[in-house]
Amino acid sequence: MQVPATFEYERADSVPHALELLEHYGPEARVVAGGHSLIPMMKLRLAQPEALIDINGLADELGGIAVEGDELAIGAMVRHTELLESATATDLFPIFRDAERVIADPIVRNRGTVGGSLCQGDPSEDLSAVFAALRATAVIQGPGGTRTVPVREFHQGPYETAVEPNELLIQLRVPVAPGTGSAYEKVERRVGDWPVAAAGAVLRIEGGTIVQAGIGLTAVGAAHFCAPEAEAYLDGRVPDAEAFAQAGRIAAEHCEPHADQRGPADYKRHLAAELTRRALARAAGRI
Amino acid sequence: MRITVSVNGQSYTRDVEPRLLLVHFLRDELDLTGTHWGCDTSNCGVCTVRLDGVPVKSCTVLAVMADGHEVTTVEGLERDGELDAVQKGFVECHGLQCGFCTPGMLLTARALLDRHPDPDESQIREAISGQLCRCTGYENIVRSIRWAATSDVAESATEAK
Repeated sequence: MQVPATFEYERADSVPHALELLEHYGPEARVVAGGHSLIPMMKLRLAQPEALIDINGLADELGGIAVEGDELAIGAMVRHTELLESATATDLFPIFRDAERVIADPIVRNRGTVGGSLCQGDPSEDLSAVFAALRATAVIQGPGGTRTVPVREFHQGPYETAVEPNELLIQLRVPVAPGTGSAYEKVERRVGDWPVAAAGAVLRIEGGTIVQAGIGLTAVGAAHFCAPEAEAYLDGRVPDAEAFAQAGRIAAEHCEPHADQRGPADYKRHLAAELTRRALARAAGRI
Repeated sequence: MRITVSVNGQSYTRDVEPRLLLVHFLRDELDLTGTHWGCDTSNCGVCTVRLDGVPVKSCTVLAVMADGHEVTTVEGLERDGELDAVQKGFVECHGLQCGFCTPGMLLTARALLDRHPDPDESQIREAISGQLCRCTGYENIVRSIRWAATSDVAESATEAK
């Protein structure tokens, strides 16, 4: 029987209240949203927070998916199921549908949240690669107000993010531009598992050439979940099979996969190249 | 910490430690042992219950998180001595073998049919994909849920008349 160590439990009834509680309990407190990463870690005693601040009561305040100007705003408390079923989000960016369909299983997706997934900072997490490919911005609220951080600077290492102990991730903002296609490709050992490797691609094409490419990679040791060298290679090129294959090779060269129970490093590097190529081709086909 | 949880329409107030998991609250505090406890890692799904109508894995939800909310367990499926259509379906189509995964499967099936009264096989398989049947009896589980969908549709047609 797996039981977490003891902790204080508090329920936040507003964002300012959550921030007050974080201030009160200090850096040994953790925010819990869906809890599907944190609670298992607590059961294994890999995490032993002194206090849990439950923000499930803020599902409305920190919820919602809406286009605001030229950005898509996604609340941190949006649950995976909601993102998967949001026509607003998945029509604009099919990459969300591709990725969400292969994140855990439907019951876990009922509970897990978008913000929680990013804040967990797991190096194999899917949405981190998706938002990196989309060049999204994270909105973080603290005692002094809100600040924004590009998702590509959000992850500072395994399980480390830009969110300070007295701050809360409240929203993700994704730039919306015409002529954009997106896709996500993942290899998993069994349905609902963490990826062996996965790649996301976002392409904006104007007049037959690529004007901006976004490539997100997860589980392969890509710094900040992205592949800037491969993106730079694609800029200004004609979107064809050869360019996508070369971008895949460049992305694979610059990542640092580690061997583990999901596979050896060279296999993961091979997947990084191949999945990047496939995601780019699929993204281009969706414009 | 004192919590009040509505389980199958009945309100229960208990003093619990914040670290108590919902599955153990249901089984050990309320003696509702129909909710099974399996892998303890949110993989197998035998502990699935509905929290405010939504299927969740109760080994990964704290009991205190259910404070003020509504939980439905397998004990709450039967109404006035009448089995739910999903329960009848499992009887009719041999949907259970050892029975360990059955309570969770039944609740997921009910939640699916509440949202999609006429699901096809792929929708059923997707809906139960977070739950393991250790007897690997998926064929009959899918058949049982289809039986329940047909039965639900027939019943609502009768009511409409």
